[in-house]
Amino acid sequence: MSDLTSRVLKGDPRSVAKLITAAENNSRGLADEMRVIHKNSGKAYIIGVTGVMGSGKSTLIYELAKAYRKQGKKVGIIAIDPTSPFTGGALLGDRIRMTELATDSGVFIRSMGTRGMLGGLASAVYDAVEILDASGKDIVIVETVGVGQAEVDVIKIADTTLVVLVPGLGDSIQTIKAGIMEIPGIFVVNKADRPGIEQVVAELESLVDISCIGKDRKIPIVKTIAKENKGITELVNEIEKHKEYLKKTKLFEPQRKKRYEAELVEIIRKRLMNFIFDESMFKEKVEKLIDRISKKELDPYSAAEEILSKILK
Amino acid sequence: MEKKIRVLIAKPGLDGHDRGAKVVARALRDAGMEVIYTGLHQTAQMIVETAVQEDVDVIGLSLLSGAHMTLFNDVTKLLKEKGMSDVLVLGGGIIPKEDAPTLKKIGVCGIFGPGTPCEDIVEFIKKNVKK
Repeated sequence: MSDLTSRVLKGDPRSVAKLITAAENNSRGLADEMRVIHKNSGKAYIIGVTGVMGSGKSTLIYELAKAYRKQGKKVGIIAIDPTSPFTGGALLGDRIRMTELATDSGVFIRSMGTRGMLGGLASAVYDAVEILDASGKDIVIVETVGVGQAEVDVIKIADTTLVVLVPGLGDSIQTIKAGIMEIPGIFVVNKADRPGIEQVVAELESLVDISCIGKDRKIPIVKTIAKENKGITELVNEIEKHKEYLKKTKLFEPQRKKRYEAELVEIIRKRLMNFIFDESMFKEKVEKLIDRISKKELDPYSAAEEILSKILK
Repeated sequence: MEKKIRVLIAKPGLDGHDRGAKVVARALRDAGMEVIYTGLHQTAQMIVETAVQEDVDVIGLSLLSGAHMTLFNDVTKLLKEKGMSDVLVLGGGIIPKEDAPTLKKIGVCGIFGPGTPCEDIVEFIKKNVKK
């Protein structure tokens, strides 16, 4: 075991941070470190928090973390914001809502840019969750980017997913659309002091009534005003109930397996993409193929076939 | 994969003027860096703990209240204690020229006052960041 990994397992923040950076950069030697980390992870409970931008996810997480700290639990937070597809830069601003937690040694917060991932997560998020888990955190909270309707990858990583809504986002047709409305373990309606709260809750209730017909669990709807710490105790209780439900119904393990499947796919995807688009000998070839496609000498399907046949042979 | 430069932009102390900090944060974002912005009223301890957790290469401190000699010093001292002396520390805001030499001595490597073109800051970081 490397020094870095053994310090991570002891919970040293500097080492945890360094290893997450290595994961983000896909550094050499990462696979060896992650082998040990994987063996030592699996104890933490993973909570995913998703919702539109400005719905109060970060503030809600701040309050949740404080509640878990009161229970004596250690908390890891991964807060994801979008990376610019144009410059590769990112402004990571979720910590602004959590500044009080910065000096609590029982909390570790890491901001991440999506770096090309589209489903609301960051490519290194699977590694980061395992690292925080292995470093001794009891709860790991993953905050997605502010999402639209279709970014649902968070369910692949979280044990319990919170979908955060606010009043005033649209009419009842929005609640029956596919995508994000289908994924929650718990609905959270934040900013519950705003006008329109009754309407959102009523629409969600009818959605939940219909979608839970014939199921043994009804998705709870929790009203919160995160800024005033209202509804947080109820939310923590509902998360606990969901955890018990997953364990009782034996849904917990299959769900975790899905996470490892997603992680595996992501690792392969990254390796393949790097191989095709970054390795110098291949890179030139790909550029030539793209050239020929644009000159209509070749079509994209045949070009893809040519690249894949080289890898799969 | 190329390593991205990670920068923490923080405002220590009590002054509430963060427009300059936000402009710089955006400029660095547009230069392809990952910028962590922590907002107003940060203590030195908050800034340094954040720098540890976020594993940043650069810290940009913005201060317009005149307390830079004390507050910047608190940050660089704590960084040294944590073994984070390899982080590049920059200062911006209203900082008199005569303070610059002392600030450099305590580890604030670059001082950027009002009117500094953002490109200068980007260039300075790219040139001086430890990789």
